[in-house]
Amino acid sequence: MIAGTSRNALTGRLETTGIWLLLVAGAGIMFFPVYWMFATAVRPKDEVFSGAAGLIPSSFVWQNFTDAIGRVPFLSWTMNSLIITVFAVVITVTINLLCGYAFAKFRFAGRDILFLAVLSALMIPFQVIIVPLFLVVSELGLLSDYWGVILPRAAEAFGIFMVRQFMVSIPDELLEAARIDGASELKIFFKIVVPLSKPIIAVLVIFTFMWRWNDFALPLVVMMKHEMYTVQLGLNLLRGQFNTEWTMIMAIALLSLVPMLIIFTFFQRYFVQGISGSGLK
Amino acid sequence: MAIAENLRGPAVGRPSAADARRYWLQARRNQLTPYLFIAPNMALFSVFVFFPLLYAFYISLREWSLIDTPRYIGLENYARLAHDALFWQSLSNTAIYSFATVPMSLAIGLVLAIALNRDLLGRTLLRSVFFLPVVISNVATAVIAAWLFNDNYGVINTLLQQIGIGPVAWLSSPRWALFSLIVTSLWVRIGFCMVVYLAALQSISPTYYDAAQMDGASRWQQFRFVTWPLLRPATFLLLILGVIHSFQVFDLIYVMTGGGPGFSTTMIVQYIYQAAFVGSEMGYASAMGMVLFVMILIFTLLQWRGNRRVEDVA
Repeated sequence: MIAGTSRNALTGRLETTGIWLLLVAGAGIMFFPVYWMFATAVRPKDEVFSGAAGLIPSSFVWQNFTDAIGRVPFLSWTMNSLIITVFAVVITVTINLLCGYAFAKFRFAGRDILFLAVLSALMIPFQVIIVPLFLVVSELGLLSDYWGVILPRAAEAFGIFMVRQFMVSIPDELLEAARIDGASELKIFFKIVVPLSKPIIAVLVIFTFMWRWNDFALPLVVMMKHEMYTVQLGLNLLRGQFNTEWTMIMAIALLSLVPMLIIFTFFQRYFVQGISGSGLK
Repeated sequence: MAIAENLRGPAVGRPSAADARRYWLQARRNQLTPYLFIAPNMALFSVFVFFPLLYAFYISLREWSLIDTPRYIGLENYARLAHDALFWQSLSNTAIYSFATVPMSLAIGLVLAIALNRDLLGRTLLRSVFFLPVVISNVATAVIAAWLFNDNYGVINTLLQQIGIGPVAWLSSPRWALFSLIVTSLWVRIGFCMVVYLAALQSISPTYYDAAQMDGASRWQQFRFVTWPLLRPATFLLLILGVIHSFQVFDLIYVMTGGGPGFSTTMIVQYIYQAAFVGSEMGYASAMGMVLFVMILIFTLLQWRGNRRVEDVA
C-alpha cells in the first residue's frame, strides 16, 4: 500500500517533469522566431549573408537601429499609427460599452433583431465589402485621412458581444436602486456600470489596441499617400523595396512590436481573466 | 418592465399632476435610452458594414472598372466564376489551408491548455511565450517568416544543411510555399486557442473530477466524459472563429508570399483584392465577395445547428 503510493508519487513527479521539459522545448521553438528577429537586427550587416551566422551574433551593433530609423520615415509612421490607435481605442471602447450595456440590461422593441445584426457583422468578411467600403470612404472625402481608417472599424461587433456577455451578470437591483434614487441613465452608466466593468474594459482596450495597431487591409486601401502610412504599411513597403537588407527590415519589424509588447506585458494577466469573464468560453 | 418599476417612485399618497408629468417624462426617456445607447454603433455599422454589403451585391450584378459607368449584366459575373480556373484554385488553396490550420491549432491549443493548467514551474512565463505570437501583427509575422524560410540565407535551411538535408525551396516552390504559410499560421493561432481553452478549463468545477474519481474513472475517461463535453462551447467558438479567420486570411499571405509562386498560395480574398484593386474589375471582385460571404454563412449555420443538436441530445 505504502510502496504503491510512493511509486505513484514518483511516476507523478516524473510525468510532471516530462511534461515540463516538453513545454519548455515547445516554448523555445515558439520564441525562436522572435529571438531570430532580434539576432538579425543587431548583427553586423555582412554576417547576415555569410551563411555562417551563428545563433548568437558575433557582435551587437546597436547602431543598426539608429541607421534604420535614419533611412526610413519610421517615426512618422509610428505617429500615424499611434494617432489612429489612440482615437480608435477611445471611441470603440466608449461606444461598445454603451451598446453592450443596452443589449445586456434593457428590454426594447427590436432588441433581438438588432443584436443578431451585430453578430452578423462578425461574419461579413472584410474583403466582401472592401470595394463599396472604399467608395463610401472616398465619397466622405476620407481617403488618406485618419478618420477614413478610424471610423469604419470603430463599431466592433466582437467587442459588443464581449461587453454584453460580461454585463449580463451585473445585478439588476443595483441599477433599479439607482433609478429610484433619481440618477440619470448616463450617471448610472458612468458611476455604477463602468466601475464594475474594469476587467472587460481592460480586455477591450487590449484587443482594440492590438487590432488597430496591427491592422493592414483597411489602411492599405485607404492610405494612398506615403506620408499617411502606418507602421504596418511601412513595414510592408520596406519588405518590397529592400528585399535583401534584412538587418534593417528586422530592426524596423522589431521596433514595430514595441507598443504591442508594452501593452502585452502590462495587461498580460487580464487576457485569461478577461476572456473567462466575458463568455468567450 | 423596467419602466413599470420606475413608475413606482417614492410617492406618498396620490401623485400630484407635476409628479405624474415627471414620471411620464422619465418613462419616456427610459424607453429612448437603449436606442440612444446603441445608436452610435448602429450608425457606424449601417454606413460602413451593412450598406457596403448591400452595395457589394448591387455592384456584383454589374460590369464596372471604377472610372466608367456601371453596366448591368445580371448574373454574368457569377457565371464567369464557374469557369475561372484561378477562382477554383484559390478556393482549393483556401480549403487546404483551412483544413490544415483549424483542426491542428485547436488540437495543439487544447493539449497546451491542459498541460499549462497544471501547477508547473514558470507556468505564467510559459503561457506568455505561447501567447506572444497572437499579439504580433500579421505583417511583422510575415516578415519574420519570410526571413526564417528564406531559400538562400534563411536559418531553417542553414540548420537543415548542417544536418545534411536540403536546402528546401520553402518559398519559391509551389509545394512548400503553402506548407510554410500553414506552419506560420499555426505559430500565430495556437496561442489564441490555448487561452480560450485555458479560460474554459478554469471554469470547470473540480467537483466533477472528484465525482468521476470516486466512480473510479481513469484519467482518459475523465477527459473523455467530463472535460471534453464541458469544453464543447469553447471548441465550437474556436471552430467558427478559426474557419472565418482562415477564409479571410489576407495580410499574412500578402506580405509573405504575395500569393505566389504562381498562384500556389493565392486565397479567395487575395484574388478578390487583385481583381478589385489591380485588375479594376469591381463587379467581378464583388461577385466573388458575395460567394465567400454565402460560404461562411452556410458554414456557420451548419455548425450552429450541429452544435445545437448535440446539446439537445446531451
